[in-house]
Parts: sequence; C-alpha cells; structure tokens
Amino acid sequence: MIQFRNVSKRYGKKTILDNLTLDIKAGEFVILIGPSGCGKTTTLKTINRLIEPDSGEIIIDGKDITKVDPVKLRRTIGYVIQQIGLFPNMTVEQNIAVVPKLLNYSKEEIDAIVHRLLELVNMPYEENAKKYPSELSGGQQQRIGVLRALAASPPIVLMDEPFGALDPVTRDSLQEEVKKIQKKLGKTIVFVTHDMDEAIRLADTIVFMNDGKVLQVASPEEMLQNPADPIIKSFLGKHMNHENNAANLVASDFMRAKVLTVPKTKKTLECIELMSRRDVSSLIVVEEDDTYLGTVSVDKIRAQGKAGKEIKELVTVESMTVTRNSNAQEAFELLIASPTGYVVVLNDDNTVAGLITKTSMAKAMGEALWGEMTQ
Amino acid sequence: MSYLAFFTKHSNEILKALLTHMEIVLISVGIGVVIAVPVGILLSRHKGAASYVLAFAGVIQTIPGLVLLGIMLILMGIGKPPAIAALSLYAILPILRNTYTGILEVDAHCIEAARGIGMSQKQILFQVELPLAMPAIIGGLRLSTVYIISWATLAGMIGAGGLGDMIWTGLSTYESKYILAGAIPSAILALLANALIGFIQRAITPKGLRLGR
Repeated sequence: MIQFRNVSKRYGKKTILDNLTLDIKAGEFVILIGPSGCGKTTTLKTINRLIEPDSGEIIIDGKDITKVDPVKLRRTIGYVIQQIGLFPNMTVEQNIAVVPKLLNYSKEEIDAIVHRLLELVNMPYEENAKKYPSELSGGQQQRIGVLRALAASPPIVLMDEPFGALDPVTRDSLQEEVKKIQKKLGKTIVFVTHDMDEAIRLADTIVFMNDGKVLQVASPEEMLQNPADPIIKSFLGKHMNHENNAANLVASDFMRAKVLTVPKTKKTLECIELMSRRDVSSLIVVEEDDTYLGTVSVDKIRAQGKAGKEIKELVTVESMTVTRNSNAQEAFELLIASPTGYVVVLNDDNTVAGLITKTSMAKAMGEALWGEMTQ
Repeated sequence: MSYLAFFTKHSNEILKALLTHMEIVLISVGIGVVIAVPVGILLSRHKGAASYVLAFAGVIQTIPGLVLLGIMLILMGIGKPPAIAALSLYAILPILRNTYTGILEVDAHCIEAARGIGMSQKQILFQVELPLAMPAIIGGLRLSTVYIISWATLAGMIGAGGLGDMIWTGLSTYESKYILAGAIPSAILALLANALIGFIQRAITPKGLRLGR
C-alpha cells in the first residue's frame, strides 16, 4: 500500500504536484495518466525518492519513506524507464543480476534468478545471457529492463512510459507479458503512460491527473462510463465513440442528401425516362412549394400510368418518413420495416432533406465505427 | 666511426639513459594520473568549477617546456625531482579533460536507471561511470604519455638524466651521433608506448561498447 498525503512539489513558481492525496492498493496495476506536465512522472519518482517532495508525506506499508535510506528504499522498488538504460558494459545476465548483487545474494541464488526470469519472457538463457544490450532488439532490451527491475523480487515496480519507444507489435506483446507477470507474481505496479489504450488494457485502476492534481481514480470501465471531467472525456477519445456517437446520431447523419425529386405535375413518360437514366426505381414527388407529397415507383407507372398524364394520381404515401432530427435508432427501425427499402428524411418545413437507404445507412455505420470511409 | 659502431660502443650508456628516461616518464605520468583522474571525477560532480579548472590547466599547458623547467630549477634545484614536477603538470591536462568529458558523456539514462534501482553514488561511479568512461580516460593517458616521452628529453638540461642527456651532449659538442643516440630511442619509445596503450585501450573497452559501433 502506497499512500500520498498532501504531497506538493514546486519548481520555482511552477507547481508540479498540488497537495496530492492518493492511495495505491497493494497488488494492483495502477496507471498514472494525463496530459504532459500533469505531474504523473513526478508522482512516480517521489515513490523511490528520485524526487523529494517539498511537503506532505508518502507512506509505504505504514512507513514514512523519508525515514528510509533512499538507496536501500530503491533496492526494494523496481524501476523501469522508457529509455531502458541497460548498462552497455554488462551482459544481459550481469544487468539482471545488478540488484541481487547489491543485496549480496549468493552466486547460486543469482544464477537461479537469472535463469527463471529469462524463462519468464521466453528468452532462453543459453542464447541470451551472455549477449550485450547492443546485440538485442529494442523489445528484447526492454524485456531485460523489466527483468532487472524484478530481479530482487521487489513488491513494488515503478514503470515510466516503459513501452513508449517501441513499435506497436512489440508494445502489444510486452504489455501482455507485463500484465501476465504482474498477475502471476502479485506485484504492485505503478505505471506512467499518456496512452489511454495502454491504460485501459493494463490497469486495475486508472489515476487521471491534471495540473498536479488527481481528477479521477477509477477502474477503466468506470472511467469510460463516467468520466469525471471534460479533459478525461477528451483523453478517452475514441474509446467513448461507439456509445456516444450511436446515442447522439440523428437521421440526417445517415441520409444521402442529394436526391432526385419531381413536381407532382410531371408527366408519366418523362418520369420513366428520368428513372431509367438515373437508374433508380422510384421518385420522390413534391408539391409546387417543394413540400413532400409522396413517392412513385416505376412499377406503378408501368401498371397504371397513362402516357401524358401527370403523376400526382399515382403517388403513394406508404413510404416511411422521418424528420431530420429524429433519433437514428428510430430511422434505423423504420428502414428495416420499410416495404420500399428506403426512408425519406424531411426538413422541419416538410421539404425533402434526403433519403436513407440501406447503402447510406451501412456507410454511416462504417464511418461511426472506423472513421471516414473511402467511396 | 660509423653510427652502428658508435651505438654498439655506447650501448650501455644508451640503455642506462633509456631506463632513466622511462623512469622519469612513468613517474611523471603516474603522478599525472593520480591527480587528474580524481580531479576529473570531482569536476564531473561540480560542473560549475570545471570550466575554471580546465582553463587553468590549459594555461599551464601553454607555458613552454623550457620555461617551466627553468621555474622548477629555481624552485627545486637540479636533478630528477624538478623535472618530474614540471612533466607531471603537463601530463595532467589531457587525462583531466578526458576523464571529465568521458564521465559526462555516459548516457544519462544509464545513470538514472542505476540510481533508480538502488546504486549508491560510489557504486554508480565504479560500476557504471568509470567503466564507461575508461576508453576516454585511457585515451588521455595515451596522449599524455607520448607528449611526456618527447618533452622528457628537455629534462636532461636540468640534470635529470635520461635520453635528453645524450641529445644535449651532442648539441654542445656538434656530435650528431650523440644526438641520434638520444633521439632515435626516444622516438621508438614514443611509438611503442603509443601502440601499447592503444592496445590496452582496446582491451579495456567494455565488450558491449565495442559491438555494433
């Protein structure tokens, strides 16, 4: 258990940590997230006293950490940084063994630890132990960075954007490994990131910070459902999209705006001509003042129409209509029920705004899910 | 008398001079290392003071060798001690500067990681900074040694002995054989020392640093 009690830190006039109070439960994967300069890294570094706060106290398992020698304290807290910082003059094995050696573990113990840890990340001892950091890929280096932090079995591990510099594929697999290790070994991990994806994927608890203060402490699920602040909402960004877009979308978001309308005085043959040229099977018919009257289908004109007659006699009103601000879900249900396969969207003054067809609906849904679609 | 005959005839004398020369060089460079490395480490902890100290060491470096030997002669009389004192001063700067920059050039993230995982200042120095700065420090040592081998010939002038003695004798008697008997061994010594320390430098460079660079 790590407790922050009214912790403040200033650099000159700038307040980095503003009376921060926070509890981190033992065994949890806690992610500190927020915009740059929000104090998340400073918070992390106060835990192992790389940064000393100006005021307030930090208590680990009941002990005020300022009462502990910082060097001894750090040996009981793992530390992983984005730039990895493996010692280039030491082999993989020696890098992992640094802290156990500082703690005077026996050679046998250290050997066992190195073997066990390398196995944990699927880097066989025989192939990797004697290599130097410069012989490893970035992902492998950071695996060793994580193992170095775990070597002396610290109950707490601090990670400062550990995967920020890795390519997405490597990052994915390292996230998975770290999550697995955390669960298996029951570590308390405090992890700084600015990547909400990473936070949602890894965290038991997300601590959202801004301007040196904690804005919200919540599980990923809770935070997604009830972001406590607009900044958090914007940070959650695309993770909120599905629910929000679907809830806020209206009929006009789904319609095709350019539609063919004809006045009711149009003659039947002209209409058939128009339909065949545009390759459509029905037309929207409007009054002289452009308000919506109904629709007419090519089949109906063929069956009942007489050449030279106006089409107003053939107009049916069976087509479904919605107003442009109707809820999208309503429009969707109408579309499914519609015998004609489309829904006409009307403006408030009853003029025609557009048409929702199965194609326009599918396209709009695709955009809501995956962003702008190419035609 | 041919050069070869001269060298053979005087081989004992030349060998003795060479050994004295090496002794002067080793002691001077040794003193230089003992002063320069700790001071360089100290300066890397106090960067504010570093520019002043390095500038001061640079000034010493610009004093002509004869002048500095002259000053030491006045202060300490004749013999090896004043010569060694003057040469040690010259040996300091290259080692000092390389120690200082070598330590500063160690990747800051390595040092942050070292602190973060619980190394003490001393452990960071001996396990991280010095091993990583060692190639630079040895590079400074190499430079100093080659300089001092050549400047030590001046030391013969104030009675320190060594190969400089042969050269001064040659100069004062217009005997080129003596001059060469001093100059050739000192040139060979400089080349050998350069090669030897270069070899040590490569051997001492941590293997991990040699790979992929």
